[in-house]
Amino acid sequence: MKFMLLQKYEETEGCSVPMTEWKPEDVTAHIRFQQTLNEQLTESGELVDAQGLAGPEQAKFVVSNGTSAPVITDGPFPESKELLAGYRMVDVETAERAIEIAAQASAAPGPDGVPIRQAIEVRQVMGAPADSEV
Amino acid sequence: MSTETTTEDLLRELAPQVLGAVVRRYRDFADAEDAVQEALIAAATQWPTDGRPDNPVGWLVRVASRRMADQHHRDDARRLREDLAASWSLAEPGDAQGHDDTLILMFMCCHPSLSPASAIPLTLRAVGGLTTREIASAFLVPEPTIGQRITRAKAKVKASGEPFQLPSTAARAERLRSVLHVLYLVFNEGYAATSGSELARSELSGEAIRLTRLVHAALPEDPEVAGLLALMLLTEARRPARTGPDGELVPLAEQDRTRWDQDLVAEGVALITDALAQGTIGEYQVQAAINAVHDQAARHDDTNWAEILALYELLERVTQNPMVSLNRAVAVAMVHGPAAGLEMLHGVAERLGDHHRVHSVGGHLYEMAGDREAAIDEFRAAAAGTVSVPERDYLVAQAARLAAALDGEPHSGERGCERVVPTEQP
Repeated sequence: MKFMLLQKYEETEGCSVPMTEWKPEDVTAHIRFQQTLNEQLTESGELVDAQGLAGPEQAKFVVSNGTSAPVITDGPFPESKELLAGYRMVDVETAERAIEIAAQASAAPGPDGVPIRQAIEVRQVMGAPADSEV
Repeated sequence: MSTETTTEDLLRELAPQVLGAVVRRYRDFADAEDAVQEALIAAATQWPTDGRPDNPVGWLVRVASRRMADQHHRDDARRLREDLAASWSLAEPGDAQGHDDTLILMFMCCHPSLSPASAIPLTLRAVGGLTTREIASAFLVPEPTIGQRITRAKAKVKASGEPFQLPSTAARAERLRSVLHVLYLVFNEGYAATSGSELARSELSGEAIRLTRLVHAALPEDPEVAGLLALMLLTEARRPARTGPDGELVPLAEQDRTRWDQDLVAEGVALITDALAQGTIGEYQVQAAINAVHDQAARHDDTNWAEILALYELLERVTQNPMVSLNRAVAVAMVHGPAAGLEMLHGVAERLGDHHRVHSVGGHLYEMAGDREAAIDEFRAAAAGTVSVPERDYLVAQAARLAAALDGEPHSGERGCERVVPTEQP
């Protein structure tokens, strides 16, 4: 079963300082942590994809009615913390395992190596066999 | 048929024989499996251009042996090289040897220490001769991820100390159950999965059928193996009618039965008839029998529901699976009316809880009973709970159809009763 583990830009429980203001070694440790987690998930045969998204400054919102020119809203957005920062997709045997991986990701190190306790949204990807010939 | 296809088919057919020969020689299943995979890939690229060797099995064993020698640079490399010469004269194994090797490999790949998610790719590669790339694309997972899953699966099999031989007679029935379960899951993934291209999925089902045929050829007297093969054929027969032009699910009641593959139906019916005559009932046989009843009804109205109900009662006793009870509730409704079906459903719901299948069946039964509001609620709850896209689309459409009818919108006739359709997997 595949799950998306989503993370947003919101302030996390363990850290209110934006990453750009962290000490360089803390940034390096954080990135290294993410890479190691991805390597571990590849090693365990569970990683489908992991991507970080370009910053919310570059985000655009597009709305169209299908006929007129679309309405495009550029950032910066006051609610940028609502935006997605990145995701992992994992293919795991149980929902419990997806939660376990999310917990690992949530404890990524922040300033001085303190876990940032970021909220990870865990969502199952549709794609299971249709279990009945309805 | 192109040359590539022929080579590919031949390689898949030869894969278990070659692997059997290499493991017998070097006693290292994990390494041998890697080496054979490389030999198969080499053959797939070289044979179409260089021509097929006179002795394809010997060629593959030789290349695989050389890979093993190259990998290890170990002291016995010379012995391996000497063996290469011997492999030139290696004949294709006899039928009995081939059947045994296929079975042994199946038992190893579906080892009880492995979860299905590990056993499936290992079986497809080691016995099915599929490449890691093909397996990865069928399951929409990157190649290194599947590669790691296979490597870890083999390490587990190795750690279990399983010798390369048939399990003891005492252990065989239990072990065979694991094998059949894995094959069933591969088929179901291919038949009912909703991700991946239609082509990749039908190939997966086709591969499951091919592998089950191999097991059936090795164990022709086993009624459950025959039952599983029959179940797959009788289900696969409906594939052409199962989805509409936009990929939407077409319920059994509304399928164009002229599009069912009658050759597959005939083969499946013959297999299950023979299997049932042997007298040892198992769940795959009963499921096949249920599908045979459906497949033999020329029109949905001709379905022998009394027989299907009796078979579900039997299946419930064999499996003790509450999902089967759910299907039986549908059959009860078809035979004794929706009130009886709903009564049974409520009993099952207590065991299954808030499962989307309970709501889906509830939607059909309430509609059949004429309670549209309750049916709409049930279809909506089912749509919210399913993790299958076509199933959700179907359930949303059912809720919308009933809601429109409630609003007095014109709709396509009172077909409520005809819409109740048995779920086919327990």
